[in-house]
Amino acid sequence: MKSITHPEKTKENTRIYKPGRRDFLKLGSLAATGLVLGVNFSCKDRKKGGEVTTFTANVYLSITSEGKVIITAHRSEMGQGVRTSLPMIVADELGADWEKVEIVQAQGDEEKYGNQNTDGSFSVRMFYKPMREAGATARLLLIRAATQQWGVPEGECSTDNGKVVHKTSGKELGFGELVEAAASLAVPEIEEVPLKDPSEFKMIGKGMPIVDLQDIVTGNAVYGMDAVVPDMKIAVIQRCPVVGGTVKSVNDEAALAVDGVLQVITLKGAGIPPQLNKPLSGVAVIAENTWAAIQGKKALDIEWDLGPNAGYDSEKQQQELLESTKNKGTVRRERGDFDQALRGASKTIERTYLAPYFAHGTIEPPNALARVQEGKCEIWAPTQHPQFARNSVAEALGMDVGNVAVNVTLIGGGFGRKSKPDFIVEAALLAQKSGHPVRVQWTREDDIQHDFYHALSAQRIKAVIDKDNKVAGWNHHTTFPSIGATSNAEAIQPSDGELGLGCVDFPYDVPDIRIETHDAKAHLRIGWLRSVSNIHHAFAIGGMLDEIAEARKMDPVANALDMLGADRNITFTEEMPGGKYENYGEPIENYSWETGRLRQVIERVAKNSGWGKEMPEGYALGFTAHRSFLTYVACVVEVAVDDKNRITIPNVYYSLDCGLAVNTDRIRSQFEGGSQFAASLALNSEITVKDGQVQQDNFDTYRIVRMPQSPQKIHVDIVESDAKPTGVGEPPVPPFIPALCNAVYKATGKRIYKLPIDLKA
Amino acid sequence: MAQYTIRINGKEHQVDATPDMPLLWVLRDILGMRGTKFGCGKALCGACTVHFDGVATRSCSLPVSAVQSSEITTIEGLSENGDHPLQQAWTEHVVPQCGYCQTGQIMSAAALLRENPSPTDEEIDNAMQGNLCRCGTYNRIKAAIHTAADKK
Repeated sequence: MKSITHPEKTKENTRIYKPGRRDFLKLGSLAATGLVLGVNFSCKDRKKGGEVTTFTANVYLSITSEGKVIITAHRSEMGQGVRTSLPMIVADELGADWEKVEIVQAQGDEEKYGNQNTDGSFSVRMFYKPMREAGATARLLLIRAATQQWGVPEGECSTDNGKVVHKTSGKELGFGELVEAAASLAVPEIEEVPLKDPSEFKMIGKGMPIVDLQDIVTGNAVYGMDAVVPDMKIAVIQRCPVVGGTVKSVNDEAALAVDGVLQVITLKGAGIPPQLNKPLSGVAVIAENTWAAIQGKKALDIEWDLGPNAGYDSEKQQQELLESTKNKGTVRRERGDFDQALRGASKTIERTYLAPYFAHGTIEPPNALARVQEGKCEIWAPTQHPQFARNSVAEALGMDVGNVAVNVTLIGGGFGRKSKPDFIVEAALLAQKSGHPVRVQWTREDDIQHDFYHALSAQRIKAVIDKDNKVAGWNHHTTFPSIGATSNAEAIQPSDGELGLGCVDFPYDVPDIRIETHDAKAHLRIGWLRSVSNIHHAFAIGGMLDEIAEARKMDPVANALDMLGADRNITFTEEMPGGKYENYGEPIENYSWETGRLRQVIERVAKNSGWGKEMPEGYALGFTAHRSFLTYVACVVEVAVDDKNRITIPNVYYSLDCGLAVNTDRIRSQFEGGSQFAASLALNSEITVKDGQVQQDNFDTYRIVRMPQSPQKIHVDIVESDAKPTGVGEPPVPPFIPALCNAVYKATGKRIYKLPIDLKA
Repeated sequence: MAQYTIRINGKEHQVDATPDMPLLWVLRDILGMRGTKFGCGKALCGACTVHFDGVATRSCSLPVSAVQSSEITTIEGLSENGDHPLQQAWTEHVVPQCGYCQTGQIMSAAALLRENPSPTDEEIDNAMQGNLCRCGTYNRIKAAIHTAADKK
């Protein structure tokens, strides 16, 4: 399931220790000389029958006698900068010379690294403190080693640029000269390790270039597609066009006649539900090279049993879902009595909102390389979730997890798609069946037609304005196939987790609130895409708030601030009958829902964007604020609409509060990119299904923004804060879409109730 | 299968391939030059962009049989030490996020600057619209092209 619920790690204490011999055997490329520290931040001492078992490190920090600092990156890099930002936190606290830091990518290993699922915008949130503690522990040990030589108090020493420095005497020793002595010292308890005052940071809070930059611009970076092993063959798969369908028969004569084609192998799918980690039914062509495999696939003659989804029509389902929102649904949040509010209404606004399926369209299509030999399987893959991959491969091959190794390459775009290891399991199965190391290569058509899609949705919102021009009632119906349905066919209602993504956490101080859901069956593989259900929820709520403002004859920013009411912390759960507000997996007492922080970013974005200023003909500003992944964001989008109804976006203004900002340049880049990603969803992208088959197949029919259409200037204002850091990968997406729609309305007089925006409709 | 002699980054290579095999797969699967990326296979995304006699060309849609005696430049041959003005500007602006499309972006930009040493925003839009970036680095790409143009 979606990792919006996370293991409760933050409450546990970090433990830092010197690894024993057993650990060293696993260290491999990390030099076992010098000072090596294991950092454990997720595994409790597991007690078995009163006995405490050995705990292992999640991350290793090692300093060699040459002064090189080696840090394991245990999270997956897909453009968010995590291979830079987490090691940077260690290095800053340590006082390392960044030029001498080397980063080693970790394999997928739950026991060793804890949960490595890199999504849900939570790497920095979860690992900021342990990373600092690791750096601080090493710093204290190095200082201790130096003071033993110098005979000066520890308090007079500090570290800087890879050296321990004694200020008063001017003495200094490089880390490399101290590691031997430091390694012989006892590791201090976390409680006695001082952390730096934030004013001493040299890297945290500033923009740092990403570590893979030079490799990327020279073409030397290794993505999944670039991993090779000797004698590797390429597989391309023709999957059943309908989810849940099966292969009836195959005539592979023509495929095998293609120059370079070696074998044709049928893969069995999971059926219905399709599962997150199983192949779809299909026929694989194994060939000497990618082109031959693609040609072989085209030559296959397959008879399918299309199964129960063969008649599925997405437009029809969306209309049915919309119709169902007229009915009474399952109440998921109730505050006051909405019917009471209706009775006292001076004005009622009722609107519906439709959003389509979206595909991820990562520019690197899914691919994975597997080698099976001597009862072991080794994988190289662009995976956001190496452990899920490892466990799924072990299950599919009937191997012990210990015999499966997953090497994580750079990821050429993830956005949630590459958390699902279906494509990795395909590679493993084909390597086992064919007897060759195999790379499964998805074509773009495979990717667009067989994705785990963002769910299509229908929503209906009724808002009540009373005789005092106050917003007295809010009734939100939302319905969409749940991600849960991909692994459990019984899941026909959105989960609490999905509703916690911008729906039940409606933060406005409206006395009577009722939020309802309706049944929705899944007919495709449903998955999570950058910011997940926040996309459609923010679209509907942000649009409705703009209409409420208009009905109240108020400015939209003033309306939002008024509806937000006095600053307060909200918990939601007590208003959710039998449900729970999941708060992105964090206890609400650790990360409150603070309306004051939302208010602050709204005020700032209004100021920065010149909200309220006169705009030239055809230009307009639109606004929306939205909290997601614990980060508070307000967004103003400027549009220009010409006489041919062409939309351009000259400016986007964001104000955001993500707590302490660790790598400001990567935060900015996530917001720049997040607005471009959201622009695609709002303006261009749509997956539709007829006869159970996806109608789009490449970037001509599933369109994403190109440079001329892309938002031109993106202004990112980061609130300075020392609150706990929160996510930035997903939060830019949700508020952009309604802000854009509201601006389009202001420029054209046309309200947007359906995505993608079509001004001709 | 036929044998072809093609010139890539100033060097001749003999390859055995079917005539319809796109240059992209010749580069990646036969010659092991993997800086040129696969994205769509239909010249819609630009990830596979190389220079074909100096012109930005999608190698996924260029059959090897059509290459003949033309000069092909790939990202590996754009500069000797990874220091082409565009590579430097890309570094200065920290353009990449995931980075996957960036070699194609740089190759398109390099062809543009050869034709037009100081392009306007609109000229950059026109020249770069064939290159998709799903991470959304367009703003920095544009800024980096201007920086490289200024330095030339």
